[in-house]
Amino acid sequence: MALTLTNTNAAKISAALLKARRSAGSPAMGMVLTLIIVCDESEYEAAMKASMEAGREHPSRILLVVSGQGRTAMLDAEVRIGEGTPGEVVIIRMRGAIAAHPASVIRPLLLPDSPVVVWWPGKCPTNLAEDELAHLARRRLTDSSTAARPLAGLQTRAENYMPGDTDLSWTRLTPWRALLAAALDQYPSRITSVLVEAERNNPSADLLAAWLHNRLNLEVVRRVSHGPGITAVRLGTAAGDIAITRPDGLLASYTVPGQPERLVALKRREVTELISEELRRMDPDDVYESTVKSLVGPPGSKKPSTKKRTTTKRTTTKPTAKKPAAKRAGKKSASGRSRG
Amino acid sequence: MVDRTNPLRDPQDRRLPRIAGPCVLVIFGVTGDLSTKKLMPAVYDLANRGLLPPGFALVGFARRGWEHHDFAKVVHDAVRQNARTHFREEVWRQLSEGIRFVPGEIGDEESFADLTETIADLDEARGTGGNHAFYLSIPPGLFQTVVDQLRSHGLAEQRPGQWSRVVIEKPFGHDLASARELNHIVSSVFPSSSVFRIDHYLGKETVQNMLALRFANQLFEPVWNNHYVDHVQITMAEDIGIGGRAGYFDGIGIARDVIQNHLMQLLALTAMEEPTSFEASQLRAEKQKVLAAVEPPKRMDLHTARGAYTGGWAGGEQVKGYLEEDRIPPDSKTETFAAIRVDVDNRRWAGVPFYLRTGKRLARRVTEIALGFKRAPHLPFAKTDTAELGYNALVMRIQPDEGITLRFGAKVPGTQMEIREVNMDFAYGGSFTESSPEAYERLILDVLLGDPPLFPQHEEVELSWEILDPILNFWGTLPEQPEPYEPGGWGPSSANEMLARDGFAWRRP
Repeated sequence: MALTLTNTNAAKISAALLKARRSAGSPAMGMVLTLIIVCDESEYEAAMKASMEAGREHPSRILLVVSGQGRTAMLDAEVRIGEGTPGEVVIIRMRGAIAAHPASVIRPLLLPDSPVVVWWPGKCPTNLAEDELAHLARRRLTDSSTAARPLAGLQTRAENYMPGDTDLSWTRLTPWRALLAAALDQYPSRITSVLVEAERNNPSADLLAAWLHNRLNLEVVRRVSHGPGITAVRLGTAAGDIAITRPDGLLASYTVPGQPERLVALKRREVTELISEELRRMDPDDVYESTVKSLVGPPGSKKPSTKKRTTTKRTTTKPTAKKPAAKRAGKKSASGRSRG
Repeated sequence: MVDRTNPLRDPQDRRLPRIAGPCVLVIFGVTGDLSTKKLMPAVYDLANRGLLPPGFALVGFARRGWEHHDFAKVVHDAVRQNARTHFREEVWRQLSEGIRFVPGEIGDEESFADLTETIADLDEARGTGGNHAFYLSIPPGLFQTVVDQLRSHGLAEQRPGQWSRVVIEKPFGHDLASARELNHIVSSVFPSSSVFRIDHYLGKETVQNMLALRFANQLFEPVWNNHYVDHVQITMAEDIGIGGRAGYFDGIGIARDVIQNHLMQLLALTAMEEPTSFEASQLRAEKQKVLAAVEPPKRMDLHTARGAYTGGWAGGEQVKGYLEEDRIPPDSKTETFAAIRVDVDNRRWAGVPFYLRTGKRLARRVTEIALGFKRAPHLPFAKTDTAELGYNALVMRIQPDEGITLRFGAKVPGTQMEIREVNMDFAYGGSFTESSPEAYERLILDVLLGDPPLFPQHEEVELSWEILDPILNFWGTLPEQPEPYEPGGWGPSSANEMLARDGFAWRRP
């Protein structure tokens, strides 16, 4: 059932939620979290679709905060329960003075005790720490790939990192990272060089390079391709390259020295899948933290450069003390940040 | 190769899933229902979730004159029909590269030579590196032949850096002696750590959730004992008849088919003590301890019940009785309903009867575990106020509507004080389970990873038979056929009397 409210307030929205739930026969829903989605009209459709899908895996109260332009204060809401809607969905449209105080509307609508996640599918505040809605949430999801300048967007995220932040450009990497880790499980050998090949302006590629640098303590060579997304990762070993190449964004080929080349499905994932993955964990992602922070570390350690490089000579550090080294790198840049 | 930690792995990095290493999964009996309905779709779903390694191969072995591509088509159709995740061409391409078929007879030397060669080719072409899992989706009578063949062709050998595992399905024997013999056959070739017995119930999300409910919460453990619980009911009901399984089912009966494995495992998980960790060996130790403490009823005549469904109407359809089903002899003594009482003789559960029941053609399909609590020692209400109040119950619903129900008394709104039983339901959304891995997915992945916590070992199987054997022997001595019961209900009246004698009544699940 759907209830539409115009010129409303939080109490009326709460009452409408209760009414809608009762009229649906008070179904037991066991909602596990509140998901706040902050977007504008142009991003609304896609965000709605993705959140409904994600809601199927994680039944939630979904609060879609759509802010519009305009001087007159306005607050409209639409409550949807049942009829194919997972959990409860409230679409809240605000503009004018109210739009500057969204938390006043949202705070009374949060589920008791359950975790709160806020997601900006498109534009997001520069500094999440200063955002009202961000403060309500335990997890904050952004997507710097939608920013006009994705790399700058990611750096902003790194500069203003708070525990619980994740950028979807990091989530996009999970299958790549899983495959790479599995490759080293199966073929444990000393890595002597790392190459990441991706299209220009791909924040995921930056994060992947930073992660590999942190973990392997090796200079990461970057190469620009036509994409889509990341097209190849090569880890050099004495016996040859461990390579995963994905020219079409769908199917990758996987090579390990001394073994035949094989195919592996490595599709670029939909936003829905990314959101579902994010909603599985409510604790801060420390690995993301150290990775994203190393993007803005002290000047000397700044890694990613999208310059085309074909040098074969690379510095090879002994990878025995990788782990502490990686930790140190993360910490150093972290403290560097808080001071700067 | 030096043994070193993988620099890309970090215990902090909980996002990264475990991907199985390159390997070959060989399925015997690949034309069976289980294989097309469950195994093949599960393999595809795993690949779709990115949990199968790039070097993965699936080999089918059956008595069909198929080529590789015929088999690939069979797998393709099975996946299209039954997979839970979307069909994606690129995932299929990854899988289909490694699909092979070996036609042949299980007893035939040449067929196994073919199989050995196919696997050796795959090890070469797909880089599966000598890691093989053999899934025996065949009647247990053929196990001996297959494992002997595997041994004589060197497929069962455990070489360093490689693994060879065997997966078997229930039934694990039909009594203690046959279970031991079966174990002897399999373990003579495969070490026990390489034998994976699949009880698909244990792969279910809700069954694993039982462990979370019991051991991750402070709320339930204090009342999880005979101070508060006065009886436990474990039910697994099916609304269907025996269908096409006459040949398998007759002479076996539902107690062997269901109680010995599923219900005993559910009982063990409900009643066991807290394991010191969730390592396979610890979990198993606790399950074994509690199964060893389970006593079959002393008075078999009073505390067991069996029945067979008659013809009639069930769920709005006219159905045949068990004895009228095809290929069932009219004098069959096989039971399609079984209910037993067992006691768990330890400090936690002494005096708390555990009632287990299962049946075919019951009112609906449901599996649940219900803990019935004692009544409050004193009720400060008038007797009439609490006339409607039954007992508190905590119900773990395993299928189909996975979740947890708590039953307790609440005041009926109105001017009078009247207290009535109400339900408090937790459902992690029927929708949640749609996208969560199916039991077989989880179990196949665990086999490929070599991760055994969810698989019962032969000790557990034998302990379950020790509980069930005396009951089956007692039933064997009875001259009469099982008590007939109407289809679409909740079983024969003897089952109700069995509880009434102890002052309880079956829940209507």
